[in-house]
Amino acid sequence: MINAILHGILLGGLYALLATGLSLMFGVMRIINLAHGSLALVGAYMAFLFMEHLHISTYLALVPVLPGALIVGYVLQRTLLERSLRAGELVPLLTTFGLLIVIGNLLQYFFSPDVHSLPSGRIGTASWRVTSSVTIPWFDVLILAVAVVVLGGLHLLLRRTQLGRELRATASDADTAELMGVNARRVYARATAIAVATSALAGVFYAMRSAFDPFSGATQLIYAFEAVVIGGIGSLWGTLVGGIVLGVAQTVGAQINVQYFALGGHVVFLAVLILRAVLQAGGLRVLPRGAGA
Amino acid sequence: MTLLSVERLDSRHGLLHAVREVSLNVGEGETIALVGANGAGKSTLLRTIAGAHRPSGGRISFDGRDITRLPAHQRVKLGIALVPEGRRLFPDLTVDENLRIATAAGRRGHWTVGEVLEAFPLLRPLRDKRAASLSGGEQQATAIGRALMTNPRLLLLDEVSLGLAPVVVEDVYRSLKALIEAGTTIVLVEQDLTRALGVASRVVCMLEGRVVLEGGSGELSREQVTSAYFGLARGTAA
Repeated sequence: MINAILHGILLGGLYALLATGLSLMFGVMRIINLAHGSLALVGAYMAFLFMEHLHISTYLALVPVLPGALIVGYVLQRTLLERSLRAGELVPLLTTFGLLIVIGNLLQYFFSPDVHSLPSGRIGTASWRVTSSVTIPWFDVLILAVAVVVLGGLHLLLRRTQLGRELRATASDADTAELMGVNARRVYARATAIAVATSALAGVFYAMRSAFDPFSGATQLIYAFEAVVIGGIGSLWGTLVGGIVLGVAQTVGAQINVQYFALGGHVVFLAVLILRAVLQAGGLRVLPRGAGA
Repeated sequence: MTLLSVERLDSRHGLLHAVREVSLNVGEGETIALVGANGAGKSTLLRTIAGAHRPSGGRISFDGRDITRLPAHQRVKLGIALVPEGRRLFPDLTVDENLRIATAAGRRGHWTVGEVLEAFPLLRPLRDKRAASLSGGEQQATAIGRALMTNPRLLLLDEVSLGLAPVVVEDVYRSLKALIEAGTTIVLVEQDLTRALGVASRVVCMLEGRVVLEGGSGELSREQVTSAYFGLARGTAA
């Protein structure tokens, strides 16, 4: 049981990493990006391409993949999402849903529906043996550490830099931010760029941990979404907590019966939703303020 | 000489025709008070000049340049700043952060965080407090300071005394006087006629979206302004 909880906590790192971009985009622009999981997969497939053709390790493949993801995010916002946002609240939801399907089909076209996986090197298989029943895999520790670094970095960015102030101001009142000289559309594009880069990072780590196919994005989206909701929408550290709670729920569920892995997470997710609804009736807020609280 | 020139400006809120063919010239260093009843279109006029509202017709030029189609953030870069009605601070940002947001405009000049704190000493102990936790007067001081941080050539002030205690209004106007003496060009919307006449060099009175009276604050009598304000003397209005 201790082993299950420990692995759940470590798994939470991956979910938190996956959920970061989702949380950021919702916090800043109120966009629920249904294509988030698919964009993560695109990151994984791109890493696969670089690895295959340049014969480099997956870690090294991140060097071209991450800046590429920043550009993709920026362009995505300036072209598709910006227009959708102007058309109304629900339109971005439809746009990203369309994107989810298009990406899935494109990946299938170019990479076949076959299952792929990315090599994770020596770290991927090594682990510490604490007792006979408790082991700590290095790779999962690495992912959790990366998640903490990414969230911490984002926290510092939001709190300490002019871009961070502009992000928070635009999230709370875009019209007034414009009146203070902030180019709200550029701020949005930068937020999406960061979100897509974190999702690509999460996608590559996910792909090193388990096999993936062109449509794995949807499942990952659900987990990321659950982590965001459990942790509190728009809150960065909440996302980490949400990821860990989800991870633990899943591994403990699997401990009870191997088939209960996903179910454990869903049950906790629903419990949190219901609890929120009950507390809210007692006067609590639906949406927390701004991003990165 | 003419800093801001508004020609036959039209602005609508859906079906409501809020600003109708308004023309207005503001010279460098002038202080203009926009007066008029609620719904006369004063706020919409200011917001249209600042770029927060898209005009349906007419032309706005600033320093000889046509800015009618420019987005708000680029107008700030040229030197137009609006203190919006209701202050509109960013509630979760601290006073310090609210002020520093305005550096996005990239206009360096006299006004820095230090200078704003010098001008509004009441903000000094509140620098790291969230804007939402401030009193009305403190919020207004922050809002004016935030606009000043863009080092504007033209400052638009929308109802800066609304909802403030009389003592605080006194403070706000004292700091405005200092700005006017420093040569800042100001257009302000003010409900309080006495104050408007006291601080402005020129008064522009609006009624139902149109300018119905305009003149030097020394030349106009209180009665003239009042009758224009309520639309009693439409025939004689300039």
